[in-house]
Amino acid sequence: MPSNIKSRNSKQNWPENYRVQATKAVDPRIRAFYEAGCPNPETPIKDVPLLALDFETTGLDATQNSIVSIGLVPFTLKGIQLGKSWHQIVRPKLPLHQESVTIHGITHAEIQDAPDLEEVLDPLFEHLTGRIPVVHYRNIERPFLNTALQWRLNEQLRFPVIDTMAIEAYLHPQRRPSRWQQLMGKKPTSIRLPDSRTRYGLPHYAGHNALIDAIATAELLQAQIAHHFSPDTPIGDLWV
Amino acid sequence: MQAELLDIQNHIIQHAPFDEMSDELLDKIVTNIEVVYVRAGTQIVELGHQADSLHYVRSGAVEIYRRSGELYSRVGEGEIFGQFGLMMNKKVRFPVKAIEDSLIYKIPDHVFHYLWEHDDNFADFVEIEDRSRLRSAVSRREKSNQLMTAKVTRLISRALVCAPTTVRLQEAARIMTDNGVSSLPVMDESGDTPKLVGIITDRDLRTRAVNHALASETPVSEIMTEGLITIRSRAFIFEAMLTMLHNNVHHLPVMDGNEVRGVIALSDIIKYESQSSIYLVSNIFRQQNVKGLKKISVDVRDSFVRMVNEDANSHMVGSAMAGIGRSFSQRLLELAEEKLGPPPVPYCFMALGSMARDEQLVVTDQDNALILDDSFIPEEHDEYFLAMAKFVSDGLAECGYTYCTGDIMATNPKWRQPLHVWKKYFTDWIENPNGQTLLNSNIFFDLDGIHGETNFAEQLKTLVAHKASSSQRFLTLMARNALNRTPPLGFFRTFVLEEDGKHQKTFNLKRRGTAPLSDLIRVHALACGSRSQNSFERLKDIANTKLLVDDDAGNLRDALEFISIVRVRHQALAIEEGREPDNNVRPEDLSPFERSHLKDAFQIVSNAQRFLRFRYNAGTVRNA
Repeated sequence: MPSNIKSRNSKQNWPENYRVQATKAVDPRIRAFYEAGCPNPETPIKDVPLLALDFETTGLDATQNSIVSIGLVPFTLKGIQLGKSWHQIVRPKLPLHQESVTIHGITHAEIQDAPDLEEVLDPLFEHLTGRIPVVHYRNIERPFLNTALQWRLNEQLRFPVIDTMAIEAYLHPQRRPSRWQQLMGKKPTSIRLPDSRTRYGLPHYAGHNALIDAIATAELLQAQIAHHFSPDTPIGDLWV
Repeated sequence: MQAELLDIQNHIIQHAPFDEMSDELLDKIVTNIEVVYVRAGTQIVELGHQADSLHYVRSGAVEIYRRSGELYSRVGEGEIFGQFGLMMNKKVRFPVKAIEDSLIYKIPDHVFHYLWEHDDNFADFVEIEDRSRLRSAVSRREKSNQLMTAKVTRLISRALVCAPTTVRLQEAARIMTDNGVSSLPVMDESGDTPKLVGIITDRDLRTRAVNHALASETPVSEIMTEGLITIRSRAFIFEAMLTMLHNNVHHLPVMDGNEVRGVIALSDIIKYESQSSIYLVSNIFRQQNVKGLKKISVDVRDSFVRMVNEDANSHMVGSAMAGIGRSFSQRLLELAEEKLGPPPVPYCFMALGSMARDEQLVVTDQDNALILDDSFIPEEHDEYFLAMAKFVSDGLAECGYTYCTGDIMATNPKWRQPLHVWKKYFTDWIENPNGQTLLNSNIFFDLDGIHGETNFAEQLKTLVAHKASSSQRFLTLMARNALNRTPPLGFFRTFVLEEDGKHQKTFNLKRRGTAPLSDLIRVHALACGSRSQNSFERLKDIANTKLLVDDDAGNLRDALEFISIVRVRHQALAIEEGREPDNNVRPEDLSPFERSHLKDAFQIVSNAQRFLRFRYNAGTVRNA
């Protein structure tokens, strides 16, 4: 596997890390997460339980902004079970910017009635445990979750993710057209979620919420594996 | 269901059979869906494997194959597959392969069965085989037109008023006035039970009695019309209408066996069909010259559009249009006789093809011929009949029935011959068929004598019915000919899907639909010695002989009705939009309802062609 899907995280010995962390964890949910273990990097992707995960946030900086909603759906390469999907609106610490409200389609009333993230940690961990998260753009979900956990439990969660955007970036290394190509009208290749999906013939979703984006991400990973990898591709080649 | 899954539900509810489903059931579907992405070329379900879910195509497209490997169907966004395997033996019956990158929603077995039990609409959609789905579509449509659902007895509103043959004109007039009736059946009361022998009408009293200054003591039997056209009491109103149209009569005695139940008049039917094509027919017979006929011929298309908009079935429309065409021909023949004088020898003018079959629409040319009496001497008489043929043919062309490009018209000396020559033609065509005579048989064996000595035409029908059924070689070759034109496989997006998987942008509903059907029905009809000309009537004869099992004949009826009515509507729409009507249809012009049922109908035609090939041993020629 070319090195550019990989990050510093990719080379870590994740199964060993999980075993070590399990002994150190204080919160029982975090301990259970580690105790469930992490598959060996050689495990074929088809045998790995996955969890597509998407957060809607009030901004891009985990230290400045908060989570507004969580969407997730467990899946494997065989299929995505919509009935097991989960969506939760949570009350952010910071006041909502008007702009974000329109983007997420979540109203102030919904926010005010929503629980704090801490109150929904049980179901969230139930879903996370035993699965490898799949996200589109890894610099949102993992950092935001860790900031939130640090603040509430004074602990963090270390885990690998599969980043469908990183896979697209790897597949399209020369995304910016040359000056000559620009003259010929060539547009840069977008690796945003909807544009990436279009390349695989995946449908456009009108709605914009964390759950639909999680499902969209799961579908995208299925398509990427079908076109560019194989069900036997080791998970260690994909996670970051 | 979570509101966030609305995107998925919204897609599903746009497509049958989910479009009328309750929220509760939709919820059950959405929360049980398993989403799978498949790349083009991937086998999705394999023959004989366990059938575990109903598949819904969210995006992309797949191909479904028969066991034999033949293409069965192509299915795209919003369509389902895999229902048959779930219902039958839980084994996959039709293997399926993705032909594009596709996103498939799998709806598990248990949800499928729950829907099947709890939603009638869903059950109808998935369980009913193609053919019965078509039947319910056809009958739903027919139910909406009262002419087709109400029996003629509904039009009888009073006890029968009749008179014996011995009644005098004055008395008859009094009876009619007192009872407020416009016609009076005349009964022969000399036997044990009175027997209907004639009828007199208001018009008879005016034109025959008054105009000829008959004495008021004259018995009605002297002016009554005999050899009556009647109708069965169980007939539908539209059948009465067709009978009136066909025979240009305005009163029909309604019979229960030999007993008269009552009389229905044109005016009774007009209550049901306000702007009747019957009006047009009466109007045709009032025209005094070709100019007048031409002037009213513009009403033909209006009459056609009205019938279509009133949900008439194709049999009604086809018969009405043929009745109108026949009336134009008949009136032109009367005018020809006025102009040229009485014919030197008896003759029969015959209509051929769609007019003879009572299956005429608005885009039509003229096919006709003349059978002359055997005393015909060309040198002495042909000048007259040529002039007559030319007068009628030119007149028909004026009225919108274009000249036949194949020159099948009485103006062609070959088709203006005495009866014994016609018998020789027909015998020869049956006994020594070749490429050209088979084409002739296809046209001339749908024949109808419409003026003059119509028994000449009847003699020819008898000859065909008798000879064709016993000539295996002739039937085999006719069957081969009937296989030359095949229906498309179905539709895919905006294209017509062919059996070899190729796409077409348009297709001809006549050449690929109604013509192959009437061709194959003709072959069976010839084989069973039927004398009927209309395809629906022929199907009844065929079913009676057990050449086809009842159900197959019924399926063919439904297929013919549906394809015809789509063709009829397509033409009516063109007329309403001011375009010239034709038979070429683009799939995008069809409603989803029409598309799915047309596909079912094509399937029936295709199966019937297979059977035809097998039955008449016509296996060799196909797609040549």
